Amino acid sequence: MVEHTVKSYDRDLDTIERLIAEMGGIAEKMVVEGMDALASGDTVLAHQVVATDPRLDALQREIEDLAVMTIARRQPVAVDLRELIGAIRVAGDLERVGDLAKNIAKRAIKIGAEARVPRAIVGLRHMNEVATELLKDVLDAYAQRDAERAREVWERDVDLDALEDSVFRDLLTHMMEDPRNISFCAHLLFCSKNIERIGDHATNVAETVVYLVTGEAMPSERPRGRQETDIDVEAAGGDA
Amino acid sequence: MSDQVAAPRPANAASANKDKVVVRGLNFYYGKTHALKEVNLNLYEGQVTAFIGPSGCGKSTLLRVLNRMYDLYPGQRAEGEVLLDGENVLSKDLDLNLLRSRVGMVFQKPTPFPMTIYDNIAFGVRLYEKLPKSEMDARVESSLKRSALWNEVKDKLHASGLSLSGGQQQRLCIARTVAIAPEVILFDEPCSALDPISTAKIEELIDELSGEYTIAIVTHNMQQAARVSHYTAFMYLGEMVEFNETNNVFTSPRDKRTQDYVTGRFG
Repeated sequence: MVEHTVKSYDRDLDTIERLIAEMGGIAEKMVVEGMDALASGDTVLAHQVVATDPRLDALQREIEDLAVMTIARRQPVAVDLRELIGAIRVAGDLERVGDLAKNIAKRAIKIGAEARVPRAIVGLRHMNEVATELLKDVLDAYAQRDAERAREVWERDVDLDALEDSVFRDLLTHMMEDPRNISFCAHLLFCSKNIERIGDHATNVAETVVYLVTGEAMPSERPRGRQETDIDVEAAGGDA
Repeated sequence: MSDQVAAPRPANAASANKDKVVVRGLNFYYGKTHALKEVNLNLYEGQVTAFIGPSGCGKSTLLRVLNRMYDLYPGQRAEGEVLLDGENVLSKDLDLNLLRSRVGMVFQKPTPFPMTIYDNIAFGVRLYEKLPKSEMDARVESSLKRSALWNEVKDKLHASGLSLSGGQQQRLCIARTVAIAPEVILFDEPCSALDPISTAKIEELIDELSGEYTIAIVTHNMQQAARVSHYTAFMYLGEMVEFNETNNVFTSPRDKRTQDYVTGRFG
């Protein structure tokens, strides 16, 4: 894009963009390592993930402060305004992704040396890979201001929802097979919800990218697979 | 409170679409210089339309066509149509005085006449109407009230207009324009010589006058355009590049040139 006549304006925007990229990198790493810690029972790694989170929170605050200051000082409009609003939103989503990864790491610590069911974690690992992929792709789309790619991520989140559904059924099966699995599998259920939410934040970022690039909002409803965990009140009433 | 911070938007849907002035295929020449090129534009009744664009883009020229101000200068000519309520303003046999009573103008620098505050307003009215003194007094008062100047000058109506501050002088000029009850008011950078508080008062006034009058304003201050107008027209090199609701122009302009200009990336 053509530079601003006032160069320091570009520098402010560049700084914000660089901070978002840094947040993205940290969040991505937390998501990967949180699951690694859970799968391998590595509590040292899990503690590291938890300890990274404050850095992400601090970056979010820094981005917000800088964006607010830029709005106050330069009265941005059009693409610049969307850029700053987008940065505030994306920083918020990435901060939440960090929290969710931290939650998974905390569960890894809690589970500790408890009886593990290695088979039960396979589906969850796969879910986490899909979520990481969504996050990585949407951050690339953000960095390249690529609305098409962002839309693709937005549509792909439905895969993650479907996976959550199958993980849910899988974990239920393990619990029914052997009650000793229940405690471990219950932890994993919470983790799968966390991963599914990471995907939701990736779609939020995708919506922000589309808005930032085109100036238009995405439709409020995104494609969503029907899930076992969804509560369908009408159907339940019908069955009774 | 929320009313005050809300962005201006079309007053209501019905009046938003009622054409007051329609410009079609307008070309304008300063001698051989082609200053406006095939300009098309609608000014909607009761709405504020802002013209923005870099120096020399033709926005002031366009404003000066709307009340035939250019007629005062030789070698300047306009081609095309400018319809005020359907009547072509460019027509040769139009009564210019009548046109200018319907389309008033406020200039960049305050231009009070070297006479009393009272006479500054009464002078214009006398050109069009013969009013008994009591009615003239009432007209002067209502015009000064309309332009938010009354409280500051009611005790010195017979002091010279030139004794007022710059911001007050500009409001006096607006009072003078309002006094002859025009339908359209053209503002040519009305705040560029004023301090921020006087500027805010003029902007408040423009907001007050909208609805009743159709307003066009040329401004170099984009934030001002964003603040006061319902519609914004971006002009560049004599062309009308983009005309849209102000909310759109300042959040998602359609044309890249508009975007570069409003975000400060031009040239």
